[in-house]
Amino acid sequence: MTTANDLIHISAADLAERLSSGEVSSVEATRAHLDRIEAVDGDVHAYLHVAADAALERAAEVDRLRAEGDAGLGPLAGVPVAIKDVLCTIDMPSTAGSRILEGWVPPYDATVVRKLREAHLIPLGKTNMDEFAMGSSTEHSAYGPTRNPWDLDRIPGGSGGGSAAAVAAFEAPFALGSDTGGSIRQPAAVTASVGVKPTYGGVSRYGAIALASSLDQVGPVSRTVLDSALLHDVIGGHDPRDSTSIPDTWPSMAAAARAGRREGAMKGMRVGVVKQLNGEGFQAGVTQRFTEALALLEEAGAEIVEIDAPHFEYAIAAYYLILPAEASSNLAKFDSVRFGLRVNPPGGGTVEQVMSATREAGFGPEVKRRIILGTYALSAGYYDAYYGSAQKVRTLIQRDFDAAFGRVDVLVTPSAPTTAFRLGEKLDDPLAMYLNDLTTIPANLAGVPGIGLPIGLAPEDGLPVGIQFMAPARADARLYTVGAALEQILEDRWGGPLLSQAPELAVATAGGTN
Amino acid sequence: MSEITAEQVAHLAHLARIELSPEEIESLTKELGSIVDNVAKVTEVATPNVPATSHPIPLVNIFRPDVVGETLTQEQALRGAPEHAEGRFKVSAILGEEQ
Repeated sequence: MTTANDLIHISAADLAERLSSGEVSSVEATRAHLDRIEAVDGDVHAYLHVAADAALERAAEVDRLRAEGDAGLGPLAGVPVAIKDVLCTIDMPSTAGSRILEGWVPPYDATVVRKLREAHLIPLGKTNMDEFAMGSSTEHSAYGPTRNPWDLDRIPGGSGGGSAAAVAAFEAPFALGSDTGGSIRQPAAVTASVGVKPTYGGVSRYGAIALASSLDQVGPVSRTVLDSALLHDVIGGHDPRDSTSIPDTWPSMAAAARAGRREGAMKGMRVGVVKQLNGEGFQAGVTQRFTEALALLEEAGAEIVEIDAPHFEYAIAAYYLILPAEASSNLAKFDSVRFGLRVNPPGGGTVEQVMSATREAGFGPEVKRRIILGTYALSAGYYDAYYGSAQKVRTLIQRDFDAAFGRVDVLVTPSAPTTAFRLGEKLDDPLAMYLNDLTTIPANLAGVPGIGLPIGLAPEDGLPVGIQFMAPARADARLYTVGAALEQILEDRWGGPLLSQAPELAVATAGGTN
Repeated sequence: MSEITAEQVAHLAHLARIELSPEEIESLTKELGSIVDNVAKVTEVATPNVPATSHPIPLVNIFRPDVVGETLTQEQALRGAPEHAEGRFKVSAILGEEQ
């Protein structure tokens, strides 16, 4: 018999099987997750909005379709899912963590959301994030931070801390995220979850509230590699509504993940360790677990090669010019006219003054910082020196990747330089905050895919450490094979998933917390 | 140290249409200076012979038949607006007294 406790702890793949066999209903699975949210989200604050009634209605509809023997139900029909608040949803507020969009309900669904609905998944709600995805800790959300389920005094990463914390706290089997410089992979690292940034253009961004359009990519967040692959298969593919969407047909990511669990999957795989993203500047326990993971890969038959990527050290500098420049343009749409907040200055004013007062009141400090920086980088007299140079660095980083992928199948780095830091620790030091995305930014600049997954706990603080693999553009499937292979090796050694070692969260009841 | 001044930040804030407070201008002047100092390292390797990349995956245009697709209704388009009237977005005066 499957208990409600089982239903929140099993993988999405297992849950899908039990739904399809009729062992459990979607209403039961959905209710179990809603109850869990009710019990722990007061502390974790992974969600900005929970759509309990709509979720239960949809679940009942899927159960009815299944009872009628509907052959059109997808493999994940009836499985609940959480959605990052950067994605437009026609039936739920979509704020991107900003005060300026408080309560805004979009007139259309993002393509990825539409695909979830068409595959009969059950949206549970919208997850918290740094305002407009600017941050590495979720502390820049206008609605208060999300807390790390491993230690409620610590950050869950960002910008997608809500989605990562939701899956790590068993408040959803999987979730959608977005990754502009690491916002899926870095939260995965600090919460012991899995996250994938697909190839740029591999997943539609229509209806994703844009941060930096040449970098943004939507992707899956989950507890297992296979679950991310299953979700990727639902959301991926060409979208005529996104002009940057790649018209390729894609192989099954789920099949690639399953191939990784077969004997000998890593045999002969050439794995490149990026010299510039290892050792110095990394927490000791991160380096230790990373080195151990490399040894396990080698034991499994992989060939470990050191790779020199001399321009990666310029990635953060280039990123913090390109991103603010694009963000300052993208966020110009928040003008107090067509949607969102309007603040009238005392005594009224011109539309320009209303706009300025609205943006002053509606944007938080990090958003203002990046808009001003981007405006500076794009202004006459500085454009060539800053934005122009950053675009050239982008070419150099792409060339480093090209040279590396001439020698190896995948590149590997730690997913983040440290384990989860304490809330507030880096909030007043933007430069220290920016360094958290040291290892994840190069993939965004080059458009290549990356996967993050847990590799153990750092001995000094007992907190999760993540590893990142990167593959050539369009070779996303290879990441699922490698990720699933390492996941299986590690889980065999641990005797189960790393998340089963996370501390139990206090559970709120009607009478308070016990 | 880069020479970012408070006047410059105030000017940028005007260009970006954000009514910053004097305290925000002061703290942003400092922060911007140190951020710009750090990101300026891109100029070390961006030599004239390196081409710029604006888009990570090169694509050519993909065309669809030139027929009307699904569009928002006027009601849907106006639904999220702070103020609207007679089927249009409503704003305050475009020109100030001095204009």
